Amino acid sequence: MKFSENWLREWIDPAVDTDGLAEQLTLLGLEVDDLEHGADLGDKVIVARIVAAERHPDADRLQVCQVDTGDGTAQIVCGAPNARPGLVAPLALPGAKLPGGIKIKKSKLRGVESQGMLCGADEIAVGDDGDGLLELADDAPVGTPIADYLALNDVTIDIDLTPNRGDCLSIRGVAFDLSARNDMAVNAVDTSAVPASHDQSFPVSIAAGTGCVRFASRVLRGVNAAAASPAWLVEKLRRSGVRSISPIVDLTNYVMYELGQPMHAYDLNTLKEGITVRAADGREQVKLLDEREVTPPAGTVLITDGSGPIGLGGIMGGLDSGVSDGTTDVLLEAALFDHLAIAGKPRTLNAHTDAAARFERGVERGLQETAIERMTALVLEICGGEAGPITVVENPDYPAESVSIELRRERIPAVLGCEYSDTEVESILGRLGVSLQASSTGWTAVPPARRYDLRIEEDLIEELARIRGFDSIPRTSPVSELVMQPVSENETPVSTMRAALVQRGYLEAITYSFVDADLQARLLPGNDAIALANPISSDLAVMRTGLLPGLLQALQRNQHRQQARVRLFELGRRYLPDGNGGVVETPLIAGVSSGGVLAQNWRSNPETDFYTVKSDVEALVALSGAHMQCEAGEHPALHPGRSAEVVIDGVAAGWLGEVHPEHSAALGLASRTVVFELAVESLGGRGLPSYERLSKFPGVRRDLALVLDQAIPVQGLLDVVRKHAGETLSELHVFDVYTGVGVPDGCKSVALGLILQDFSRTLSEQDVDAVVTRVLENVDKEMGAKLR
Amino acid sequence: MSDSIGKLLQSAVSAITDSTDLKELENLRVAYLGKKGQVTALMQQMKGLIAEERPKFGQQVNDIKVEIAATLERQKTLLAEAGLAARIEAERIDVSLPGVGVDVGALHPVTRTIERITALFGQLGFEVAEGPEIESDFYNFEALNIPAHHPARAMHDTFYFGDGTLLRTHTSSVQIRHMQRVGAPCRVISPGRVYRCDSDQTHTPMFHQVEGLYIDEAVSFSDLMGHLETFLKLFFDQDDVRIRFRPSYFPFTEPSAEVDISIGGGDWLEVLGSGMVHPNVLRAVNVDPETHRGYAFGLGVERLAMLRYGVDDLRVFFDNDVRFLRQFG
Repeated sequence: MKFSENWLREWIDPAVDTDGLAEQLTLLGLEVDDLEHGADLGDKVIVARIVAAERHPDADRLQVCQVDTGDGTAQIVCGAPNARPGLVAPLALPGAKLPGGIKIKKSKLRGVESQGMLCGADEIAVGDDGDGLLELADDAPVGTPIADYLALNDVTIDIDLTPNRGDCLSIRGVAFDLSARNDMAVNAVDTSAVPASHDQSFPVSIAAGTGCVRFASRVLRGVNAAAASPAWLVEKLRRSGVRSISPIVDLTNYVMYELGQPMHAYDLNTLKEGITVRAADGREQVKLLDEREVTPPAGTVLITDGSGPIGLGGIMGGLDSGVSDGTTDVLLEAALFDHLAIAGKPRTLNAHTDAAARFERGVERGLQETAIERMTALVLEICGGEAGPITVVENPDYPAESVSIELRRERIPAVLGCEYSDTEVESILGRLGVSLQASSTGWTAVPPARRYDLRIEEDLIEELARIRGFDSIPRTSPVSELVMQPVSENETPVSTMRAALVQRGYLEAITYSFVDADLQARLLPGNDAIALANPISSDLAVMRTGLLPGLLQALQRNQHRQQARVRLFELGRRYLPDGNGGVVETPLIAGVSSGGVLAQNWRSNPETDFYTVKSDVEALVALSGAHMQCEAGEHPALHPGRSAEVVIDGVAAGWLGEVHPEHSAALGLASRTVVFELAVESLGGRGLPSYERLSKFPGVRRDLALVLDQAIPVQGLLDVVRKHAGETLSELHVFDVYTGVGVPDGCKSVALGLILQDFSRTLSEQDVDAVVTRVLENVDKEMGAKLR
Repeated sequence: MSDSIGKLLQSAVSAITDSTDLKELENLRVAYLGKKGQVTALMQQMKGLIAEERPKFGQQVNDIKVEIAATLERQKTLLAEAGLAARIEAERIDVSLPGVGVDVGALHPVTRTIERITALFGQLGFEVAEGPEIESDFYNFEALNIPAHHPARAMHDTFYFGDGTLLRTHTSSVQIRHMQRVGAPCRVISPGRVYRCDSDQTHTPMFHQVEGLYIDEAVSFSDLMGHLETFLKLFFDQDDVRIRFRPSYFPFTEPSAEVDISIGGGDWLEVLGSGMVHPNVLRAVNVDPETHRGYAFGLGVERLAMLRYGVDDLRVFFDNDVRFLRQFG
């Protein structure tokens, strides 16, 4: 809410400057978003009256005006179309500095002397209107500095309110908080009853089941709706961001900003029969003040008369029943609508009005009559007229609630950690309008009707802390028993997995959990992606079913930025339906790698391929001490000849492989890209390390080059060797794979290094030969592998 | 000494000291001292001498044999030293060339920040818990004292799914799940992804929060302030950090405070929301608010990371530009 500092100070004027006031408000929880200082116009911009205006002899669009400055007459050359004799407007005299940086001095315009400049609203920064001179009231005091006349030595305070503080959407509400903070009284405006001078009223009824709590109204007769709004009214509303329209409309806004009660004024003579407040049926249309025709959803509170709907209760009035310049008789409305009946409607109807904002948060019950009295007094003062009696219709569905809260003395230090004296409790809560009655344990408190946020003991305790200031509360550390907690050694922390990949040159990425549906369907078809009902854009529309789409897009973006070598990994969840209407969120760890294996260097740097990334995956698996195998398999995102399912301790854990050439081309990837994706859970378990005795006897190495069918995976060969080599085989390595000259077509030569070692003795040649012979016989028998 | 013996010594010494490699030196050793070498041959001549001359002759030959052997040894050492020096010279490299190998990557700044937060609260015995990101209305709103139509819902631009579930808008949902699981007392923090349907210069539709919850018999608002103030001071580890607690409103805490910090005299920036857990929330998880109280807070990880590392654009966190990520290695 935006408002004038001067206006607030009329209600309460603590002895602090503007910044001090702003700090008080912020530290009360009424956060000051902005302080807008008015233009510093000094005393050289004054109120002046044009006495005569003649055409400039040499310029069609200019007029030469004689202007009364209160201190004599000045000749001003002016191009504004509305410059005319009798007009009262701001005049900048020589020496004045205008907000745009313009310095005023005497000058000649087309040969005619001009002793200053008549100003428009934009030129003195009181509005955006640049079309002509700012027209001031006829009775504006000529010669007075405009800053005094328009109260420009003021600051607009913009506060950002939390949704519980609807009461502070008014000057009055803010004043109560400051009153408690500064322990000083509020200078409330006079809202005493304006006696009725006629007895006309207008029939109002509230239909059963309508979200209108009560409806107060009053007939004002014989008003001059065409009167001008006084400068103070226009200026205060301008500070609140409200444009002046006409005095009666302005006053409805004024009273709302001042007291917090939204008001409406009808032209009585447009109303048919009587007003009925009822729920919309969902079909009927209302023509709103902003000239839109809307069909409010069923249940919306409608104001209707004999002709049908004439307004949306608590949100916006109708076009045809509002006051106009010709209005003579007015029906004032001050109603209270149930916040639940308003909630959500402004959004549905795209009608975020000041009134709706207040009703959504809750308007004080009982304030309606006060607001009508205040409004009546102001209308009579500005527009004249005669007031009738106030009539109030109550909805029996909403009996007045009585709230009382037990506030226990001992509970205050227990919750806040510091003491409050009884006097301080009573003073703070009293200033806030809470009435207190002593009880055996403390007080029985009844909050004021405007404070819907005070309902439980903690709410009152918060008020004590808030008003005295959070700064006054000591910073403490709780005392607690020290209890040692177990530490698991059987889990690999995800931080260790991250660290392993970082050590291997990977950068950690974080990509969005939602991805482009089409891209995901291409890369990971067959997965049922969960779609957002209200995605922010079509490329972030479905929950990811794997990490590859996001990581490949990140790779693509980096390649577009001329990054040839990119290694990224991500640790995050995939989201899949569980088949029973629920969702399974599975943490995954995935990586993409492209470009050189090593950092850019001046020597050789092999390109990333399946095997270099396989070693990264092996390093991850090694953290848990598990056993991993790659089994050739097909994955829609991957190259069918260069992809594998990763099996960890016999359980499928994820995928490893080169991106399918088709996808690579579609994504415009610059080089071969190898990816992996594993379930974090499959890497998480870790057995305790278990010691194995070391042999004291030397090992013997035998190298065997075996020729076998190229289609047989080396893993199978290794398995057979291990099975038949027996217990003395301590290590087995593949140290070369060769195809070409000397090896038959369709075959490969695999060079194995076997290290044999015994625990009880040094192996003899015969022992070693026996093992080698046994291995050779069996690899031949089981897979046709022969010594080369 | 006879002339012939003297000449032999002279020629041997000069040949040896002139030799330039170990192989030549070995040949010289064989030529002089070998079985068929010249010194050995000289010894043979002793047979032809009269008995009185033999000891003197023998002594002389032996002397030059020792002298030659010593010269050989000296030359061998000299040659070895020269050879090593030559090899070292030949093997000289440019040590200023960059290293060749795998470079070290980096953790994402969000991870780095979460690990720092976790480490600080870990010292106070806060354990780490996680919860689902796709949540029910109950855990994200209702159990947190935010019933349907509550105005606080307007503060959360929520992503919904067709079945009414939603992407959690804050990590506060984990409070409820954790208290349901372990009850009171408890000390837990929960980092994770959260989502708001909002995207512009200062908002991304996904970001990270760390939720904290501490429930015990005698936790007070002053403890909340003490812990959070200490945490922020230690997190930023800078002398010019000012911290301010400002009253605010969250339906699930009462009293509620927002915490602003100002670094180096700069503007106040909001970094976290906090408060004493609302009695309704405790009741929703069967904890008696008369016997147990506690505080909760939720802090914005990216905001803390931006302030700590001087990042001025939220969106770079999710662009995954390697030039950005490398800066956190």
